[in-house]
Amino acid sequence: MPLLLPDFTPALPEIFLACAAMALLMLGVFQGEKSAKEVSWLSVAALVIAGALVASRGMERRTGLEDMFIVDGFSMFMKLFVIAGASIALIAAIRFNAREKTERFEFPILILLATTGMMMMISANDLISLYLGLELQSLSLYILTSYNRDDVRSTEAGLKYFVLGAVSSGMLLYGSSMVYGFAGTTSFTSLAEIFGSTDSGSIGIIIGIVFISAGLAFKVSAVPFHMWTPDVYEGAPSQVTSFLSVAPKIAAMALFTRILYDPFGHLVGEWRQIIATISLLSMAVGALGAISQRNFKRLMAYISIGHMGYALAAFAAGTEDGVRGVLIYMAMYVFMVGGTFAIILCMRRDGKAVERIDDLAGLARTQPALAVALAIFMFSMAGIPPLAGFWSKFYVFYAAINANLYTLAILGMVISVVGAFYYIRIVKIMFFDEPAGAFDTPLGAELAGVIFVTALATVLFGIFPSPIISGAEAAAASFFAG
Amino acid sequence: MIALAFWLFATLTVASAVMVISARNTVHSVLFLIFCFFNAAGLFVLLGAEFLAMILVVVYVGAVAVLFLFVVMMLDIDFTELRQGFLRYLPVGIVVGVVLCVEIVFVFKTWILNPDMATVAAAVTPPLDQISNTQALGSLIYTHYVYAFQASGLILLVAMIGAIMLTHRARVGVRKQTISTQVARKREDAVTVVKVPTGEGI
Repeated sequence: MPLLLPDFTPALPEIFLACAAMALLMLGVFQGEKSAKEVSWLSVAALVIAGALVASRGMERRTGLEDMFIVDGFSMFMKLFVIAGASIALIAAIRFNAREKTERFEFPILILLATTGMMMMISANDLISLYLGLELQSLSLYILTSYNRDDVRSTEAGLKYFVLGAVSSGMLLYGSSMVYGFAGTTSFTSLAEIFGSTDSGSIGIIIGIVFISAGLAFKVSAVPFHMWTPDVYEGAPSQVTSFLSVAPKIAAMALFTRILYDPFGHLVGEWRQIIATISLLSMAVGALGAISQRNFKRLMAYISIGHMGYALAAFAAGTEDGVRGVLIYMAMYVFMVGGTFAIILCMRRDGKAVERIDDLAGLARTQPALAVALAIFMFSMAGIPPLAGFWSKFYVFYAAINANLYTLAILGMVISVVGAFYYIRIVKIMFFDEPAGAFDTPLGAELAGVIFVTALATVLFGIFPSPIISGAEAAAASFFAG
Repeated sequence: MIALAFWLFATLTVASAVMVISARNTVHSVLFLIFCFFNAAGLFVLLGAEFLAMILVVVYVGAVAVLFLFVVMMLDIDFTELRQGFLRYLPVGIVVGVVLCVEIVFVFKTWILNPDMATVAAAVTPPLDQISNTQALGSLIYTHYVYAFQASGLILLVAMIGAIMLTHRARVGVRKQTISTQVARKREDAVTVVKVPTGEGI
């Protein structure tokens, strides 16, 4: 029997990232804890190189590794933003870890491995590779969540995330086994052919799709699978939450899009109502839950639930416009949420991290630059033009209306007005309340740099959105080309 | 003969599985679990899957079940106390179970198999009369499924890093054996020759 290795070139960035993580792990082990900073910067370099490898591949649709792996414009776009989100979180965490005395070389290593998992999720073209990428990502995140192992809240958050994540993985696997039981194959390519030729799915397939959607809705923290989000966001160390809230969301959303549009694309009539319902519920619970929050990280959890609802509204359209809406939304989301979390990492008073919203009081008088940056992020997330967040909401509702989802679009817009309340309340607290005292200075070049770059991107992509929009358009077109 | 062996293994598997959840003593439960694995391995042998049978014994009995046994013996958990609400929650449990069963029946009654099932199978199993089980599995795992195989390896690496990171702490005051120091020790570091005058001592 001849031994033929499958074509692994499409997975080059992932292979590079995994090897880099292992090499840096060796470096860390041999040099001890003092190498944490060095390993962190080298990890950032590895992420940048992986990004360059992803970008150099182009938008051509190609499968490899015996049809288990796929690269196209869609995967390139999503991977670049996952890498951007991971790099932002990693750079912002370096100074925070040094101040909190929680520097350990495993932190950047786990972020690298989690990012590898996310890229594998985005490129999954088989139910098996989907599950393996998802588990690589989730397992790294469970460990990172309980990173402060001597802190009760952190370990509790880690345990909660682990148990609920295991349940959601179980649901996903059950759904996958249903699909496999019908089709006799796990490959997305063959599944797409099978569902393209049959008129409608049998009840078993639909139950399989429901279970897979439930498992993935958990990963993007969409209602009604959102219960873990506030507790995990609040309990996890801030530098981990800033990673948790950006990159995994993009990867899970990409995976969700890939599986429902590609193999189950012909069953759009069956799954559209499910997605539209969880989208509406996520927007509503995100907006209403956020109103009463006092803790900034908990508030961000509800904000991210709401954002996932908006992205899912474009997703429910089931068209090329819908994919474009999801891509634009997730791209803008990286800068807004990544930047906001960098500001949360700056919130330290008298050498201790603070995370209540009231601690921001009067920030405009004590640290005007920080207050202006946070105001930019808040206005952008509220969807006020001419900031980036406006365009992301615009293309979401554009896709929903074009697909005749009028109820969803109208209710979404009404809910986004409710959402504006808590975004603007933060701006009011910063600019008009009595100062609660300045945060510790200096912020550190890394954090200041991250905040500056993300704020600049939020403003620039608001005024000149065309690079992201044309990129998303090309990516969506290549997604449907195959 | 094979039928007899099948009924023997199958009955013992089911019986020991029932004993796993009904035994009062948890150590007995784990021992019944091990017995159950052995019978399942017997069933695999009857199916001609000798490699899976051996793996079941080596991995599940050799590692997992023995680990369970250690955990059960090390942790002081009063399982009878945990089971106290059993009778109270039994009706609710039965209702949920019946509803689930009815749902499953409805799903599988209308189950349609994909007519092209045989042609779309991703990896064709090599003919078993030409090569052995082990070789067939090996050549699939290391060629067709090499991606999944390597990805599983990465997941195990993450599990290892996590276990070390979350539990390992550097303790102070531990006397570790460092072989290089022991070997590098010279005679002068350890002993001195003292000239002792007779009858005086040091």
